Amino acid sequence: MRLLEYQAKSLFSDYGIKIPKGLTSTNIEKGRKDAKTLGFPFVIKAQMPVGGRGKAGAIQKCHNADEFELKYAEIMQKVVKGEKTRAILLEKMADYKKELYLSLFLNRGKRCYTLIASSEGGVEIESVKNQVIREVGLGNVPKSTSEEVAKAIGLKDNSIQEFADLVQKLSKLTIEKEAELTEINPVAVLADGTLLALDGKVIIDDNAMFRHEELKKFQEVSELEEKAEKSGFSLVELDGNIAVVGNGAGLVMSSLDMLSDHGGKPACFLDVGGGATTETVYEALTLISKMKKVKGILVNLYGGIVKTTTVATAFIRAYENKIIDVPVFARLSGAESDKSKQMLSGSKTRLFDTVEEAINAAVIGVNKNG
Amino acid sequence: MVDLFDILIGKEGEKGYKKKSVIVQGITGKFGSFHTQQMIAYGTNIVAGVTPGKGGQKFDGVPIYNTAKEAVDASGAKISVVFVPAKFFLDAATEAIEAGIKLLIAIPEHVPIRDAMTILDLTKKKDAIMIGPNTPGIIIPGIIKIGIMPASPFNVGNIAVLSRSGTLMYEVSHNLSAAGFGQSISLGIGGDPINGTTVIEAFDMIRNRTNIDGVVVVGEIGGDSEELLAQHIIDTKFEKPVVAYVAGRAAPKEKRMGHAGAIIYGNYGSAESKVSMYAKANVPVAKRPAEVPMLLAGKLGRKKS
Repeated sequence: MRLLEYQAKSLFSDYGIKIPKGLTSTNIEKGRKDAKTLGFPFVIKAQMPVGGRGKAGAIQKCHNADEFELKYAEIMQKVVKGEKTRAILLEKMADYKKELYLSLFLNRGKRCYTLIASSEGGVEIESVKNQVIREVGLGNVPKSTSEEVAKAIGLKDNSIQEFADLVQKLSKLTIEKEAELTEINPVAVLADGTLLALDGKVIIDDNAMFRHEELKKFQEVSELEEKAEKSGFSLVELDGNIAVVGNGAGLVMSSLDMLSDHGGKPACFLDVGGGATTETVYEALTLISKMKKVKGILVNLYGGIVKTTTVATAFIRAYENKIIDVPVFARLSGAESDKSKQMLSGSKTRLFDTVEEAINAAVIGVNKNG
Repeated sequence: MVDLFDILIGKEGEKGYKKKSVIVQGITGKFGSFHTQQMIAYGTNIVAGVTPGKGGQKFDGVPIYNTAKEAVDASGAKISVVFVPAKFFLDAATEAIEAGIKLLIAIPEHVPIRDAMTILDLTKKKDAIMIGPNTPGIIIPGIIKIGIMPASPFNVGNIAVLSRSGTLMYEVSHNLSAAGFGQSISLGIGGDPINGTTVIEAFDMIRNRTNIDGVVVVGEIGGDSEELLAQHIIDTKFEKPVVAYVAGRAAPKEKRMGHAGAIIYGNYGSAESKVSMYAKANVPVAKRPAEVPMLLAGKLGRKKS
């Protein structure tokens, strides 16, 4: 789960990391009140889970009420890399003399957390120069390492202790909240040498959420994605018109790739989980029926142990209950496939021996009708 | 370093050769009980099960114990397959490793990263191996099946399959078997961000086996294990044919595609990055699972001539 900037900053604040004064709103009425409380000038920042907001004009300075009316409305409508503005953060500007970079992230290849710091923050991590990198096990950064890193990025005087403290606080947050990534970019160095977190990015391990009731309020899932999660499915909504369903994340991704290679446009990625039963497939079809854009369904199930007739029963029930009326193109691997074909003859579900054949038929079928 | 085949098969003439003892943690659960029956049917020597509170009972003739320690003490097993829900994985796995288990097959999906890393630390201290979490398990066709994979896709043969995805491991093995390429081992790495045994580690465990003519690596987007493996193949001058498959070319960025580990941040974890590193290592990448045996035949044929 990726937190929005203001959510990340509220966690920072809980851990004693200094942040600029700011207020968050989701409509202009509340925004106007916030503006009054803060006083001009300030920065208007779109809250959305992507980088590159500045370049896209989703973060802008604001000096007076007229400007506020225009810019608030404009930024509320922004879409950056497919992500809409969720809320707006108004934040006081700080006077600072330098921008640093600091993050702790899970290095999957090395299987440990990695601390990255740099004297040149404010740009995306790929372009951050002079990176100082330290491996820190499960995320617990020793105090001595924090100070050593502060010196390594060229800090002087009280900024060394300030930075070491900041690292300690971020490390504590990372461990206690089970974050895969915590990033402060930039860290502002103020005139008096103290530090301020100007931006914040935090990604929490979804699988650890059962231990973090306190973070549930930050969870944002689409209605359909939430329903899918309750059924134990994984659903990712996409822009096309052919729903892709299968069992196992790898298999569904593979089907998505092949469909795209054949010129098809996936409407969603839906993994019903390792096993497949009449109930799970029926539920998957029910979920898909709620997506208006779907003109056809591609099903790729590798059963092995599962009997295909078990799955075929779900299709028949879905048509009978008028859950779906779009054609289904299915490849079901498993026992009793001849019997399944017989069961489905005359229905809008067509069975194929290979996924390639099912995809070809789906692309042709949907384009013809679409 | 523990030898994987030694634990799974043993040495000829030695006690328990090709009949290694395995315990099942969570043997009475829905998945645990079903797959215990499937494993026994395949010929796996399941000697004990663990379900707290059900000690003294039996499941399909297999004695159940309250703790992993009792199960290990009574059976002498060195292998455990874990089916408990993700929330209880940390305790179950700790108990097993402390009891002397040397190979832990971690089936559960949704294990928190911190718990997986904690167990990984423990396995290193105790000279044990964890496969998974979120793995379908390991199968040595004709000898032993530990996990949740169906038996039908796998045939006896000389190709090793390493896979980050469960159903794709079945799909690719099925395609290989149909083309006449049986497997000496099919091993699921697991779909999580942190793997108890990485692709490279698994690769090194099997690379020098004489019963392996070629290796198939089934990968997906997310992380950098394919990139690291490609570099490793170059660095160590591995000469047997390697063929790869990478799922997720059409996946959008920053979206978790089912597996906790299948997510692209920037270019980190993208399919392009993996395919281009494989090209440097002279590893052909199949566009679809059915293409894997064709590429492998090409590589093996070229090598023979």
